[in-house]
Order: sequence, then structure tokens, then C-alpha cells
Amino acid sequence: MTAISLSSPRAIAWPAILKEAAMTAFVALLLTIPLVGLRTVDRPTGLGLETRWDEVAAAVGLVFLGRLGLCLIREGHAVTVLVLAAAATAAGFFIAMPTEALRVILIAGGAVIAIRAILAIRTGRSKLSQAERDKRMDHIAAQVQHASRWLGPIAVVVALAFPFTPLADRQLLDIGILLLTYIMLGWGLNIVVGLAGLLDLGYVAFYAVGAYSYALLAHYFGFSFWVCLPLAGFLAAMSGVLLGFPVLRLRGDYFAIVTLGFGEIIRIILINWYQFTGGPNGISGIPRPSFFGIADFTRTPAEGTAAFHEMFGLEFSPLHRIIFLYYLILVLALVVNLFTMRVRKLPLGRAWEALREDDIACASLGINRTNMKLAAFAIAAMFGGFAGSFFATRQGFISPESFTFIESAIILAIVVLGGMGSQIGVVVAALLVIGLPEAFRELADYRMLAFGMGMVLIMLWRPRGLLAHRDPTILLHGRPKGGGGGPAAGTAAAGGQGIAGGSAK
Amino acid sequence: MEYFLQQLINGLSLGAIYGLIAIGYTMVYGIIGMINFAHGEIYMIGAFVALITFLAIGSLGITWVPLALLIMLVASMLFTAVYGWTVERIAYRPLRSSPRLAPLISAIGMSIFLQNYVQILQGARSKPLQPILPGNLTLMDGAVSVSYVRLATIVITIALMYGFTQLITRTSLGRAQRACEQDKKMAGLLGVNVDRVISLTFVMGAALAAVAGMMVLLIYGVIDFYIGFLAGVKAFTAAVLGGIGSLPGAMLGGVVIGLIEAFWSGYMGSEWKDVATFTILVLVLIFRPTGLLGRPEIEKV
Repeated sequence: MTAISLSSPRAIAWPAILKEAAMTAFVALLLTIPLVGLRTVDRPTGLGLETRWDEVAAAVGLVFLGRLGLCLIREGHAVTVLVLAAAATAAGFFIAMPTEALRVILIAGGAVIAIRAILAIRTGRSKLSQAERDKRMDHIAAQVQHASRWLGPIAVVVALAFPFTPLADRQLLDIGILLLTYIMLGWGLNIVVGLAGLLDLGYVAFYAVGAYSYALLAHYFGFSFWVCLPLAGFLAAMSGVLLGFPVLRLRGDYFAIVTLGFGEIIRIILINWYQFTGGPNGISGIPRPSFFGIADFTRTPAEGTAAFHEMFGLEFSPLHRIIFLYYLILVLALVVNLFTMRVRKLPLGRAWEALREDDIACASLGINRTNMKLAAFAIAAMFGGFAGSFFATRQGFISPESFTFIESAIILAIVVLGGMGSQIGVVVAALLVIGLPEAFRELADYRMLAFGMGMVLIMLWRPRGLLAHRDPTILLHGRPKGGGGGPAAGTAAAGGQGIAGGSAK
Repeated sequence: MEYFLQQLINGLSLGAIYGLIAIGYTMVYGIIGMINFAHGEIYMIGAFVALITFLAIGSLGITWVPLALLIMLVASMLFTAVYGWTVERIAYRPLRSSPRLAPLISAIGMSIFLQNYVQILQGARSKPLQPILPGNLTLMDGAVSVSYVRLATIVITIALMYGFTQLITRTSLGRAQRACEQDKKMAGLLGVNVDRVISLTFVMGAALAAVAGMMVLLIYGVIDFYIGFLAGVKAFTAAVLGGIGSLPGAMLGGVVIGLIEAFWSGYMGSEWKDVATFTILVLVLIFRPTGLLGRPEIEKV
């Protein structure tokens, strides 16, 4: 790759390139014949088949041309390819195509090839190798991390001011609440995955426990949101301890599958214990939160309670409740963030990060691994529980369907795509993962398709996450940053590195 | 007693299916140490290809059942294997030297992609199919009836397992595969094409999952685009239960999970069978963290 420069394109080895493109097209043909070319359709007499050979031909042709384009880029003809790909994209835009699918494929395929060509041209000009480009991206990530010192407070101020800007309508506020919920969940899961290095595939279980705790407590005992919030957190933390106690001794992947299983168990219990949880129908009519128990957000509140708009002398508006919910989740999320930032400077947080780096070294230094992991698990579960009860009070309706594995996967994707352990990375990834699909709601069916592909592509592009960059927490002979890092923690980390360096791995 | 035997047969056929999927998980884990999360989706695609093949050859006029089944088997194994190969090539190979979580996220993304891909192309409604292989074999004066499909599942699985074991233990491909499992770098230095071996591992895993998909289609007669997830989780559970990385372990784990499910649904009702499965998994892992047949892992410090 590195030896190729654009200035002197080699003679094109057409037979080899054509063969490669033809092989790829053949694979595409095999992939598309059964599932794209033959569609099952419901007929009155049972299932029938419909053929769509035109789409197979289109897909195969595109793959052939795309591969050809990539080969030519590799051989140093990026400019030609760029022109052709741009032309194809334009053709897709402006010329009527026989089918919609063909058009989408033409535009998307042309655009992807064009981007690749542009990248190749730029790489060729600046003669950067793959590793150097990676380093460059790392540098950008590091700068973003450093910038987050002042970017963070600005973002918080913007988020605080947002509901008062003229931009804020119902829809945007709802999206903001959704985003903040996922940011909070991402930050919560980051404690387990990013700090303690435990792969938790069932985080949604604690989210569900929190949501159902509030819903059930309100349903059976009539507790208010403000009583239930700490209770929900407590119950979620307890379930985290209950689950964590037996399984935290397990090694990485076993741990992952057990947490996944636990997530499913919680969901199955919610579905099957219908006398208590309402089963698949869920629970509806979950009470909305009041203004700290002082006032309600209704136009005409019940006897004995004050109305928020009357109390503050405002015009009644249904937006008040939404804005209140927005601030509520903002504060909750910031609490998680603050906790994570502070705990990294405490022995507990130091121990988590040391555990992530080397389990055995920690054990030999006398760190109680099980207790430390259990603490991480329980605290993350507690935050998940808070987010869950917020979710319940916002929706007013919950059912087991909201707590499927895909939710866990999305939260984990936010953590990993952002760069594990990076707080600002979680925000960026949440904007990508939640914000983008929200913005493209009209794509409907293709949304999740693009979501899955996007996850794969981001991982291929930046395997360590978008903003993966980690400054050493403690430097042995350097200046300690921000005055943090007691002597004991310093020794632990240095010892850990020493042992890790000496290991045969 | 008759009821017990009935559940035993049901459990064995179900376990055979889980075992076939679990082999894909365990082989991939053994060789590149990742959880191939998209494997459940590969199995689902296998079921869909089998269904489509059946409908296609039906419209071509082939109605002789053994021939139809053979064509279905070959077609679903072939096409699904191509899917397995492509998934590895696109989503995993570039990430082979990346941090451990990267291929996992990539695999989850691939799984979401494939699920929605099939949903968009083939529709979200579940696909019913009339029984292709009707009829029962009655034993013990009609007290126990075994459908031919379940019998066929068990027989085909045993045959496949025999062939597969031969492949792994006797052929040069199998030897290369085992060598890569032990030490990829060393195997590469000794002239084994590691990339090719890993690709073939995915191809074999996908082909076996396709057989499982076809069997599920034949036994239950209904599939949809979502069947891959739960079956995938259960099969992975089976692989862990048997000791991940161990081929006989995967089969054993599959059979154990199948039996637990069948007996639990037979005696306690089917609502809680999944809870039972996962509980057994947790219990086994606590008392035998390496699974039933797994070798204890020695950590070098």
C-alpha cells in the first residue's frame, strides 16, 4: 500500500484485476440469488415465490464495478475512478431508475467508491502510511480529550440553555431527552466496561429493574417518583450484587454470556409473571413526576396540590413537563459523569483501572478482586436503575419489549464506538448512534440496516473507538496531573505494569 | 415412562440442532478467540435458504421427497457457507489484531445488519410451511411416537458429526485447523495458510448451522427473521457449557441444553424453559468454570 504513489501509475494488469472483480461478483451472485432474487410471498394457497432477477443483476453489476474501482484505486488511478464514481452518483440522483433499490445502491455505491478514491488521493499526496494515519487520528482524539476540559463545561451550559432557545420545540426536546438517557446509560456502563474492563452484555436488565421498580411501586403502593428513584437505584444495585456475586469469578467471555443470559432471564420473568408485572402487555398509567413533590404539571391539579404554572405565575404549557424531564435527565447524567470523573482519582477507581489492565497483578498486590468488581457492577447497575425509573416516568408505559438485547447492544456500542473509558467519546457516539437514526426517521426499514452496517464500518475504521486515547493515569517519574494520585496508588500501577511487562504474553 | 421417552427423543433432536450451531461458535472461538455474534443469524439464513430452495424446486416440479430434501440440504449448506465466508472477510478479518472488543462490536453490528437484511427482503411475517416429511414412527404399541423428521434430524446430525470428526482428525485441513488453534503464528511459519484456515472454519461452521436451520424448518414448520437470536444465545450457552473450544463438548452441551429444555417444558410447562437453561449454565460455570469437557486454562504470569 505504502509504496504506491499517484504520480507514476503502473501499467494496469487487466487480466488480474478483471479476475479479482469477477470473483467478487461471483460471491455477490451466490449471496444474492437465494435471498434477494427469490422472495417468499404470502399467497392464498400458502407461501409462494417471486423472482427479482433484476435486483440480483444490479447488485452483482455494482459489486463488479465497485471492486474494479477499488482495484484501480489500488493501482494508482484514483482520479479516474473518482470522476466515474461521482458520475455514477450523479446519475443515480438525476436519472430515473427502474427500481428504487437500484437508485439507492447506485448513489450509495458511487459515493462510497468516490470517498475511497478521495482518501486514496489524499493519502497518496501526503504519503502517509496506515499506521501514520492512525497516529494522526489518535492525535486528534487526544486533542479532543484535552479540549473536553473546556468543551465539557460549554456543552453543559449549552445543554442547560437549550430549552430556553427558540429552537426548542417538543420534538427536539424529546430527542434531547432520548439522547441524554442513552448518554447516561453509556456513562453508567462505561464504569463496568471502560473502567473495570468487564464485558457486560446484559446492562439493559438493570435498566429494566429500575423501570419496573418504579412502575410497580407506584402501581401497588402509590409511591411518588421522588421516593421511588432512590429505591429503584437501590433495587437495581441489589440485583447487580445478586448477579455479580456468583459470576464475577468467571473469565471474560464466560462473564459476558452469563450477563447476556441474565438480561434474558429478567425479560422472561417480566413476560411470564403476568399476575404481577402485567406480562407482555406491560404497565400503563405510570404516574408522571411532580415538581419535587411540591407542584404538579397539570392544568387543573387534584385537590390539595399546587400547579406548577400557578406557583410560578406562568402561562400553562404542556412543554413545562417536558422541560422539567429534560433537566431531570440532564442532572442525572451529569451526576454519573461527575461520579466517574471523581472515582478515577480514588483508590476504588484506581483499583478498577488496574484490574482492567492486569487481573493477576492486582490479586498479587492484595486488591480484593471480587469486591472491587462487585462494587463496579453494583454502582453501574444503580445508575442503570435510575435511568430506568426515569424512562418509566417519561413514557408512562413500559413493557418487556423495551428491554430486549438490542438495547444492551446499543448501549455497549455507544461505549465501545466512543472509545472505551472515554467520557466525551460516549457523548459523541450517542450523538451518532441515537441522533443520526432519529434524524433519518423516514428511512424507516433501512434505518436498522444502516445502523448495523455503520457499527461494522466504524469498528473497521477505528478499532479502538472513535476517541480512543488514554493518557497514563499516573506517571512514575513524571509530574502528577492535577495533584491527584496518592503514593499508594502510584506504586500499585507501577507494580502492575512491571508484572505485565514481565509476563510471557 | 412413555412420556419420558417421548421427551427424550424431543430433547435429543432439539439438542442435535443446538449442537450443530454450537460447533460453529466453539470452532471460531477456538481459533480466533472471539464470540461470533452473527452466527445465530447465519443459522437463520440457513433456514431461509432451505425454505426458498424448497419452494423453488417445488415450482420446478421436483416432488420426490428424498431428492427434494437432498437438494435443500446441499443448497442451504452451500449458500449459507458463502454468507459465513463473506461475514468473516468483511467484518472480522480486518480486525484480527485489534483489541478484543472490536470484533465483538463488529459482530453485533453484522448480526443487526443480517437480521434487518432478511426482514426487508423476505418480510417480517413468519413463514409457515406444510410438513414435508409427515408421518410418525410408533414404538411400544403406539405409546411413543417419533416423527420421521426428528428421527432424520438425529440421524443426519450423527452422520455429520462422524464426517466432521474425520475431517478434523484425519485430513490435512483438519490438522492445519488444529495447529492454528494452538498457535497461529507458529502454524503460519510452518507454511500453513492461516487466513485460508480461518476462512474455512467459518465456512464449515456456517454449513453446519445451515443444516440446523433446515432441521428447524422441517420440525417446526415455521420460521421468521428473528429466530437467530435466541437459538444463537442458546447454542453459545451450549458451547460454553461443553467447554468452549472443544468440539465434542459443543455437541454434548447442545444435547444437555436440548434435554433440559425438553424435559422442563414436558414436566413444568414451557414458559420458564429458557430460565432453566440459563440457570443451569450459571450453576455449571460456578462449579466447573471451564465447562464440562474444557481443559483448565493455565495463565502464565
